[in-house]
Amino acid sequence: MTSLITNRIRKVTVHLLMAVFIMLLTSLNLVAQTKQKAVNAAFNEKCLKCHGQSKYKYLNPESGSEVTKRMYLETIINRDLFAESNHKNFKCTDCHSEDYDTFPHPGRLRMESKYACIDCHGGDEKYAKFKFEEIEKEFQSSVHATKHADDFNCWMCHNPHTYKIKTRSEEKIKDIVAYDNAICLNCHADITKYQMLTDKVNPNIIQKHAWLPNQALHFKNVRCIECHARANDSILVAHNIQPKAKAVRRCVECHSTNSILMATLYKYKVKEGRSKAGFYNGVIMNEGYVIGANRNYYLGLLSLIMFSCVAAGILIHASLRILKRKK
Amino acid sequence: MSEKIYLYPMWIRLWHALNAILIILLIITGVSMQYTDPSNPLIRFDIAVKMHNISGMILTLNYLIFLTGSFITPNGKYYKLTLKGLFPRLMKQFMFYTFGIFKHEKAPFPVTKESKFNPLQQFTYVIAMFMLVPIVIVTGWALLYPEVVLTKFLSGSGLRVNDFIHVIIGFFVSFFMFIHIYFCTIGATFVSNFKSMITGFHESH
Repeated sequence: MTSLITNRIRKVTVHLLMAVFIMLLTSLNLVAQTKQKAVNAAFNEKCLKCHGQSKYKYLNPESGSEVTKRMYLETIINRDLFAESNHKNFKCTDCHSEDYDTFPHPGRLRMESKYACIDCHGGDEKYAKFKFEEIEKEFQSSVHATKHADDFNCWMCHNPHTYKIKTRSEEKIKDIVAYDNAICLNCHADITKYQMLTDKVNPNIIQKHAWLPNQALHFKNVRCIECHARANDSILVAHNIQPKAKAVRRCVECHSTNSILMATLYKYKVKEGRSKAGFYNGVIMNEGYVIGANRNYYLGLLSLIMFSCVAAGILIHASLRILKRKK
Repeated sequence: MSEKIYLYPMWIRLWHALNAILIILLIITGVSMQYTDPSNPLIRFDIAVKMHNISGMILTLNYLIFLTGSFITPNGKYYKLTLKGLFPRLMKQFMFYTFGIFKHEKAPFPVTKESKFNPLQQFTYVIAMFMLVPIVIVTGWALLYPEVVLTKFLSGSGLRVNDFIHVIIGFFVSFFMFIHIYFCTIGATFVSNFKSMITGFHESH
């Protein structure tokens, strides 16, 4: 009996010690991570000193004077947006050459090849839920890849210095829509960027979508990709951008109980919560309203019963009038 | 020999005809949008939306004409409900429609120049024209400009509440429409009440 109690006390003590050890390890890991982040941030300041502003200064060794130059727009990093981005904890030289540590930067670095999303995120268990391989496959089938080949890469839409994940969050749908549509408009509403890839004249988006009823409301409430990309059940955000001829033009694709919005814009929220109280697509109703998609089962049933009663009443009354009419 | 009374002046007949066309269009397009089915649409969605919006706008103007006309012409007096003894009068008319009519009894409230509507008619018309129609008009405009009219209502979407009211009242307007059209067949002849809304003359039994 005594040995049984002793054994139990020993077991509990071992478990307690293990729990304390794990907590200690986790805390140490957190401390180390926080420290590393601070080190990286301090390191990045060396780059942002010039690349974080629109001008930079250097000392000309031949004349001995300080020279002020304008920074190329493409190489300016917005400090605030970077600090909020998904890649905020990285050191600049995690992705760029260590040789950027010297100034003037060696000219050959201009030819430095840049990583694509799949280079870091592909085959990584930690990112498995994002299905980067599937996204890559989708992108390769998209009009962006097939029309522009290697000229078009992930960074054109997802700026690695500013990109912040929005869809897998509790953010409001309208904010997600505004953020994602800004990515498309970044080129499609800017002729200089648009013509980096084509000689075509950038189409006027407002005119091209003039057929859309309540155009402004649509632009604010749904993303471009809802109509311009083919939905894929296995990934959250469709990347297979279609040629314009294949864009969705039938209103009922969204405006029906079988709304494609449930498989696109509202996909994440649909997973998080199911419709309640007899509403079809009730998830959409939390933040919006889509005619034809938000109908209520009970209201439909009630109206059908009431219509049937009215019709039956009229029919009975009319029949009696015919039967009882003066001969 | 039936007696003819001039009850419906030209402006009323024009207003009524336009109102009838618009309400029928609104009901058909409204049902088509509410119960839209991609594989079997009643009316193509975008066409239904445009037709519904335009009809709703014209209906608003037409309703304003009705309101103005009712104020500046004697037409308004027919809509003044006398609350005293209303319920017995309503019941009397109801009993006539449910029993008396089949026994060929005389209508308890015959149509005269002073009293165009029987109590049941008057009551339902007042409800329809001064409650139901204004509500569908206001909620309809709110749906047309949701960003301007509605933002958030309580904790949910204002649109949801607004849409619910619009759809439910829309159902009641539809019920009114069906019953109204059917009751129009109860006249001197099956079509005499329809003719009255064209000629302006009411034909008594």
